[in-house]
Amino acid sequence: MSITSEDLLREKRRASVPKARRTAVYVYQTPLRIWHWVNALAITVLAITGWFIANPLPSLAGEASDHFVMGYLRFFHFAAGYVFAVGFLFRIYWAFVGNSYSRQLFTLPFWRRSFWTELWHEVRWYAFKEPEPHKYYGHNPLAHLFMVVIITVGGLVMIVTGFALYSEQTGLGSWQDELFGWVIPLVGQSQDVRLWHHWGMWVIVVFVMLHVYTAIREDVMSRQSLISTMISGWRMFKDDRP
Amino acid sequence: MPTTETFYEVMRRQGITRRSFIKFCSLTATALGLGPSFAGKIAHAMETKPRTPVLWLHGLECTCCSESFIRSAHPLVSDVVLSMISLDYDDLIMASAGHQAEAILEEITHKYKGNYILAVEGNPPLNQDGMSCIIGGRPFVEQLQEVAKDCKAIIAWGSCASWGCVQAARPNPTQATPVDQVIRDKPIIKVPGCPPIAEVMTGVLTYMLTFERVPKLDRQGRPVMFYGQRIHDKCYRRPHFDAGQFVEEWDDEAARKGYCLYKMGCKGPTTYNACSTVRWNDGVSFPIQSGHGCIGCSEDGFWDKGSFYQHVTDTHAFGVEANADKVGLGAVGVVGAAIGAHAAYSAIHRAKQQDNQPSDASPAGDDR
Ligand code: HEM
Ligand code: HEM
Ligand code: SF4
Ligand code: SF4
Repeated sequence: MSITSEDLLREKRRASVPKARRTAVYVYQTPLRIWHWVNALAITVLAITGWFIANPLPSLAGEASDHFVMGYLRFFHFAAGYVFAVGFLFRIYWAFVGNSYSRQLFTLPFWRRSFWTELWHEVRWYAFKEPEPHKYYGHNPLAHLFMVVIITVGGLVMIVTGFALYSEQTGLGSWQDELFGWVIPLVGQSQDVRLWHHWGMWVIVVFVMLHVYTAIREDVMSRQSLISTMISGWRMFKDDRP
Repeated sequence: MPTTETFYEVMRRQGITRRSFIKFCSLTATALGLGPSFAGKIAHAMETKPRTPVLWLHGLECTCCSESFIRSAHPLVSDVVLSMISLDYDDLIMASAGHQAEAILEEITHKYKGNYILAVEGNPPLNQDGMSCIIGGRPFVEQLQEVAKDCKAIIAWGSCASWGCVQAARPNPTQATPVDQVIRDKPIIKVPGCPPIAEVMTGVLTYMLTFERVPKLDRQGRPVMFYGQRIHDKCYRRPHFDAGQFVEEWDDEAARKGYCLYKMGCKGPTTYNACSTVRWNDGVSFPIQSGHGCIGCSEDGFWDKGSFYQHVTDTHAFGVEANADKVGLGAVGVVGAAIGAHAAYSAIHRAKQQDNQPSDASPAGDDR
């Protein structure tokens, strides 16, 4: 493994880089990894069933009692909704008891200049303006920003609007109504809540597309492992340069 | 008008028999969803309590609420309720007019200070000093404020008084404003609908007059007994919704079979009202039963919420109008194409870099 002069220069420029030789770091603990995949599954089910709630399948012939298509679609939507919401609560709990990387989803160091310069570097890397990306133990700043805005804030919006809609069927006085019913007059009326919930789906779908693409691309092109990290928890670096 | 008259005495004076009166009490108890024992309580209250006057003001409106009200399902109900209120002030149906009428208003507000109910149909426009609605030579908003000052409670009839309705639809040139945004220091009961169902109107009024209290309201100020559930929750086409059987076009086989109107833009799932239980015109039917979706007439701002015939309606926000599914599918297409292009270019770029440089200096290729 040879060290070039360019690498030495880069080492001088950046203070936050790992100094010691590290080829693998344990980053994502088991509960967080399980959460990631359960959450991914829940969101996939929610988006598919949600789409068909808004745009139902063609009608089936026969008696109404022969079928329960919308009934099942809605049931799986609500079941996945509960999984998503309970997972979200668990993820908050895990941010308190897990390692420092588990807190990234709820903290965005936007006040630090370095965050923005690193973010810019990452953007340039995607625009083919940088020869190589930096190395990160946790999320890269671009991924970090998107995860906080779309999964943390966006997920919360989906849970709040979702349970507000759910409270319409559990009825006045139900716990869903007590906790989330206020959302409906705040947003306007029931149809508005439905539509914002619906818009939210598209935001999350676009995020997932970009997320999966970048996960695969970075796994191949960056200097560190990605997909296997979310499976085994270990971040493997492909080189020893900072 | 002697102050001490009870409701019962007024009714008898209007020629209503005791038998009819008792029937009315049972009907009302049922309409309000109260147990049979409440019929006696209502009767007792009406026999003993001094009559509470009702003043009925009209602002910017189309009179559909009054039209609905005087067509109460049971003729008895309208007779009785009208005899309770029409004696006082309602510039639409009372006998007196002009100065004589305004004098009644003056008299009641003084004599029954703090003890009369104000029913408002329509709403006040606030732009151009309120001159888009003039009553007795003055802007309606002034009359409203004066009469509201000493009332016990306000009933906001219909979507106009409750939310603003058509006259407040974008761009609302007269700045028609719902009652609760003009009068803030009185209990306000919203009875929305365009118009509200007659039985709902008489039910709310009777409840307030007999029990002398405001019925239980939801967060938006609507009586829970009539607005606690959505049309969709009690719709008789709901089994077809759950089964996934929908009308796809107005004249298709599914429409003939009476399938669910969700795909035709039915707003039953987002509309709180009693249509699917109480129904209209003497309980004969309601829009969905006649084959047309609910248009959400009792919901806040329903004129501005996009098409009556779309489920995923257009969104108006931040000065733009857009449809979530059109924008969403478009975004997925564009992002998908961008990902494809980016992936392809990434591969080419990487291949080029690897060609140009010896393997150990390539960015990602090191320790592989
Ligand atoms: C609905 C689908 C998905 C959602 C909503 C989602 C969401 C997330 C979130 C919120 C994180 C941050 C984890 C944390 O800090 O706690 C994350 C990380 C990650 N996800 Fe996903 N994910 C999805 C699907 C996938 C798929 C299909 C893959 C693999 C191809 C994947 C690979 C990864 C990887 C590699 C990371 C770690 C990124 C890093 O190290 O910076 N995800 N994902
Ligand atoms: C990522 C998360 C979610 C996505 C992508 C999603 C997507 C959707 C979509 C597209 C709709 C159809 C809206 C329409 O008719 O226009 C919908 C409806 C609904 N969602 Fe979600 N949703 C999510 C989370 C949740 C959660 C956490 C709950 C809470 C239990 C929930 C409860 C509901 C309810 C009650 C409806 C209305 C169903 C009906 O009345 O038939 N959603 N969702
Ligand atoms: S017709 Fe309308 S209210 Fe009735 S079940 Fe279908 S969507 Fe719901
Ligand atoms: S069915 Fe809907 S649109 Fe029709 S009167 Fe009832 S609330 Fe209004």
